[in-house]
Amino acid sequence: MVTILDYGAGNLTSVRLAFERLGETPRIISEAAQYAGGRIVFPGVGSAGSGMAGLRARGFDALLRGAVRDGVPVLGVCLGMQLLLAASEEDGGTEGLGLIPGQCKAFDRAKAPEDKIPHMGWNTVRHAEGHPLFAGIAQEEAFYFVHSYFAAPERPEDTLGQTAYCGERFAAALGHGALAGVQFHPERSGAAGARLLANFLTWEGKPCC
Amino acid sequence: MLLKRLIVCLDVRNGRVTKGVRFKGNVDVGDPVEMAARYCAEGADELVFYDITASAEGRRCDLGMVARAARALSVPFSVGGGIRGVEDMRAALLAGADKVSLNSLAVDNPAILAEGARAFGRQCVVLGMDARRVGPSAAIPSGYEVVVRGGRQPTGRDAVAWAREAVELGAGEICLNAIDTDGVREGYELDITRQVSDAVGVPVIASGGAGKPSHLVDVLTQGHADAALVASMVHTMGYTCPAIKEALHAAGIPVRIPRHA
Repeated sequence: MVTILDYGAGNLTSVRLAFERLGETPRIISEAAQYAGGRIVFPGVGSAGSGMAGLRARGFDALLRGAVRDGVPVLGVCLGMQLLLAASEEDGGTEGLGLIPGQCKAFDRAKAPEDKIPHMGWNTVRHAEGHPLFAGIAQEEAFYFVHSYFAAPERPEDTLGQTAYCGERFAAALGHGALAGVQFHPERSGAAGARLLANFLTWEGKPCC
Repeated sequence: MLLKRLIVCLDVRNGRVTKGVRFKGNVDVGDPVEMAARYCAEGADELVFYDITASAEGRRCDLGMVARAARALSVPFSVGGGIRGVEDMRAALLAGADKVSLNSLAVDNPAILAEGARAFGRQCVVLGMDARRVGPSAAIPSGYEVVVRGGRQPTGRDAVAWAREAVELGAGEICLNAIDTDGVREGYELDITRQVSDAVGVPVIASGGAGKPSHLVDVLTQGHADAALVASMVHTMGYTCPAIKEALHAAGIPVRIPRHA
């Protein structure tokens, strides 16, 4: 069973429909008390500050900490991935969930004046071989991105995939234990994105086979 | 590396994709969602649905079609036509559209761009702009004037100045349609595409004039466009998305070639 967290950070329609195309009917909950077990998807668009406020107001911060402790597979998408980190530069500095050490930084156009912000469109991902989330996905496969901040985890082993943009090679996918996050939108990334979501549905929450 | 996008546009008239044929009215080409799903499976990077009769007939955007598209498509899509304000934008986005394209409405009421960006994020707000070549003048230094209502009404505004203003207000992307080359199939209008793309810090989609793959190569290189929009090339002229992508790839343009279906 897949549970999608609705914490007021954008529209969940496309994430829900992507799972439905895989034959899965996700349960969408808007407060922690409604959680009835199963893997958790944690999407979101918008700013880090209002995202964190929305998570806390619904008790989802504690739910996610508990899930991580219990080894329940969790997938953060876009803002959801960014909030896994300890902090974000967005909104004048925002405290994140701190489930993965590191922070979220703003792209700096001074490093690559040709590159437009937000980073919007299809870009390629080089993934760490062997993680079950990327099983069957080719190296340099393209995924769809829309974001202006990027994840900079402290521990190199927490980076599951990298993408180059605006003078950075940033973490396009993060993972630690049963926790994973992707900066791109698998629900909008064609067959490769569908494969990643299907991999998540069968993932046991271990970093390797 | 950020890839250049191939975007397929579906003009929808009364729920069907049609193609205008000069002096002969419109020919029915198919169901928009079925066609979009096929292009998506073939490797189109994004789809655009324009309800070209909604505004003229005072109808809202067809939310049933948007919801069907959202169920069927695994790549981003935008909708335009029949959007009359922020509530219509919200309804289209909640039905599953990724972006909403605003054209005449944004010219009449530029504040809608700021309202939309504030409510949904600028990545959801696309400025659709039709530009006509008029030659440079003091009022129109770029040489291209913004026209509205399907090209019938001039606005006296400079296309580059309007693009800059729209981005400042909140547009997260510009779909630039050149009226002079639209439907002519002899290539995109490279001059205005490059001017607009160089003037703004958001992606620019070139539209109007694609007749063969080398036209896309030209606009994605010389025209500085981030994405190229095609319609009749794939609807009726026999080109396929994979063939166009192959031609772009062969010309050294980075594009997405899906590696598994």
